[in-house]
Amino acid sequence: MFSSGLFTETFMVHAWMGGTMVAVLCALVGFFVVMRDSAFVAHTVPQAGFAGGAGAVFLNVNPLYGLSVFAVGGALLIGYLGTRERNDVATALILVAALGTGALFLGLTNKYATGAYALLFGQLVGVSSEQIVTTAILSLICLLALAFLYRPLLLASVSKEIAQSRGIPVRWVEMCFMVIVGLTAAITVPVVGALLCFSLLIGPTAVSILLTSSSEKVMALSLLFSVLTVWLSLILGYYSGWPIGFFVSIIGAILYLAARSIKLFRYKTRALFPHHAR
Amino acid sequence: MTRLGELLFAPGFFQSAEVTRALLLGSMVAAISGLMGVFVVIRGQAFIAHALADFGGAGAAVAFLVRINPVWGFLTFGVLAATGVEFLGKRAGERDLSTGIVLSVALGVESLFLYLDTHYTGHAGAPMLILFGSIFLVAPFTVPIIMALTVTTGVTLDLIYRPLLLSSIDPELARIRGVPVQAMSLIFVILLSLVVEEGSLMMGALLSISLLIGPAAAATHLTHRMGWAMLWSALLGITAMWMGIVLAYDSFYWPPAGRGWPVSFFICVLVLLFYLLARLSSQRSQVKVRVARKCDA
Amino acid sequence: MMDWAAGKDDPVLALDNISVQFDKRCVLKNVNIRVYPGEFIGLIGSNGAGKSTLLKVILGLLSPTQGTVQVGGPADGKGERLMGYVPQKLFLAPDIPLRGRDLVALGLDGHRWGIPLFSKERKRRVSEILEAVDAARYADAPVGQLSGGEQQRLLIAQALLTDPQILLLDEPLSNLDIKSAYEVIQLVSRIGREKGIAVILVAHDMNPLLGVMDRVVYLADGKALMGQIPDVFRSDVLSDLYGYPVEVLNVQGRIMVVGGRNFENNGYPREAICCESNEVL
Repeated sequence: MFSSGLFTETFMVHAWMGGTMVAVLCALVGFFVVMRDSAFVAHTVPQAGFAGGAGAVFLNVNPLYGLSVFAVGGALLIGYLGTRERNDVATALILVAALGTGALFLGLTNKYATGAYALLFGQLVGVSSEQIVTTAILSLICLLALAFLYRPLLLASVSKEIAQSRGIPVRWVEMCFMVIVGLTAAITVPVVGALLCFSLLIGPTAVSILLTSSSEKVMALSLLFSVLTVWLSLILGYYSGWPIGFFVSIIGAILYLAARSIKLFRYKTRALFPHHAR
Repeated sequence: MTRLGELLFAPGFFQSAEVTRALLLGSMVAAISGLMGVFVVIRGQAFIAHALADFGGAGAAVAFLVRINPVWGFLTFGVLAATGVEFLGKRAGERDLSTGIVLSVALGVESLFLYLDTHYTGHAGAPMLILFGSIFLVAPFTVPIIMALTVTTGVTLDLIYRPLLLSSIDPELARIRGVPVQAMSLIFVILLSLVVEEGSLMMGALLSISLLIGPAAAATHLTHRMGWAMLWSALLGITAMWMGIVLAYDSFYWPPAGRGWPVSFFICVLVLLFYLLARLSSQRSQVKVRVARKCDA
Repeated sequence: MMDWAAGKDDPVLALDNISVQFDKRCVLKNVNIRVYPGEFIGLIGSNGAGKSTLLKVILGLLSPTQGTVQVGGPADGKGERLMGYVPQKLFLAPDIPLRGRDLVALGLDGHRWGIPLFSKERKRRVSEILEAVDAARYADAPVGQLSGGEQQRLLIAQALLTDPQILLLDEPLSNLDIKSAYEVIQLVSRIGREKGIAVILVAHDMNPLLGVMDRVVYLADGKALMGQIPDVFRSDVLSDLYGYPVEVLNVQGRIMVVGGRNFENNGYPREAICCESNEVL
């Protein structure tokens, strides 16, 4: 059914490994992003990372380093500005400036067209052999940190006041979470692209919360959807050569529409048979 | 004096047709963006403006593919998206996740067409051109189009200025006073799409938001009066635009030699700088007020 | 947990001579409060009287400029663990993936690091407390879709799971209709008495609490007065506290604090200032 290269070619092996790690991490981080109502962060942090990635391409170092530094820096900056006052304009302008800086670096690099393309929209060969180890280490760190922070972060997301009254260092927990978001964005961008990293972060959780409301089930479902999305995108990308980000966004949208219709259908049947309600 | 002039403006600056055209187009776009931007900030529609730019970008990528000028793609998709946003987007709030999904589809489609552009038309630079703009490469025939659009937008904005302001500040009151709030909203979002797409042509789809909301947000920190805010906003926008063009032209001689730095990069950084300065100056005046109040306690 | 009945004479919370100053503004002035196990205390004051500052001091989120706070007996070290806190309101979107049950479970171990391990004991305790606050019916619905009163019950259940000696409720009544407010008060007072937990309920209106309050803390302009209801709500006492003439009226069993004696109106009642106690001055 599938041609043999899909699973055996070196770049595809890397793509499968990197893609799966990214999918798992995005699903779990995305749960908290939705929980904390910070879709804006998910949208902007990868774009900050883009500037760093482009800079790294220009300086000829591993793009993951540039991506990590800029994405984490951007995430911490948003965390810092966000608590002082709700200032979306400042954050938006800083991040647009970061995008502009990314454009500058790409413009100064010779191979700018493909470079821009890979960083913005994702690439099948996005994960090179030197990056796969870094990706694995970073995603392991993020997963462990997320597991460690799990309960306090959840409580702080539900109510800052309760968390404070229980002696949780809320500020510290939130900043740690921002670092996790930054690192997640950094390893996701080479695969999915800076512009659509947001889609993989938000999409699976957005779909899952339409289907169930228990935290554990939502997490399990979004893991499933996320991995499914990335695997399908890799297969389709391999055969068509089209950008991975395109498939990720389209599959995400299809899943979302399907979940919406299921919810609508359930709602209608419940209206017909009211004794089944709640 | 001439030496200073040569230091500021690299040789050939004023003779180049591209530069003259860029200055002309840039001033128009910066001015109209500044004026509209104040309304965008008041109405809290920065996110919509951002989405319109992304839709426009998808259109421009399609235009590249069928080998027509991207300006048509920007404008068609922008106006279509604006109408769609107005009719469908009313129920969905900005924090609604479905808005994010729609936005990501726009970006996804844009990415596909940009890929197809590089693949089939041989325009290797298409992604850079559409996403980050290039004011020096704008085709001469678009000048009258941009000019007409700017004048139309400006005149319409002038005509609906007062009802628009009222319905932006207090839609309920506006409705009671007989202002067609719904129509105002539709007209505004269409004008917005025109301005955003003009901006995208110069600054690129990803960066056009900077010229729209940056000067306006800075202006609202500098003054609390609507008229002055619009004036400041337009002036700051034009200043950023001119400085950006001059710097980009000069940067041709900067390292690494022979590659100009993008105009949009300079404009983004300058706009951010203006905004931060404006905020700093308004914070200082606020501190004075607070000190005066503290003493009576 | 120490046996509350044995130390009946030891206060579970003691604030001595607390003052809080922001810049040059004095927000709390020499506040003294003692709360004993099982007591129901109403913390009453209008907006700006210093209620939320006092609350932060009690919770240990703000260290006072002057004075000492002691939570639990002298032997108990960790103050925050002995205190169950119920915030005023949750700000949650309706589609947030969190059931009432999950929220309550966070009361048990929300402060612990690491992911929760599945345990029957944990599940049993959550179900038990949900029964106790009569919230089992909607425990599996998303929290964001519940009404204010339902959310309030879950928050109370959440706070009770920490095994507190003090239950601290920040304006729980301000977002509720009259019936839900009444139910919440009855619930809290019942649980407080049954388990011997001291309840401190912050409110701007004392009237809904008149039947259940043991003692009252009345805050005005950063100064506090603590005592039995008839001792605190007296015209001379409150006029002294405010430093401005006020009158306490008793209207059909309800108490109203009314500002000013009608000097300038030739003895006619001044309707404009005669209203709820929270509108005084």
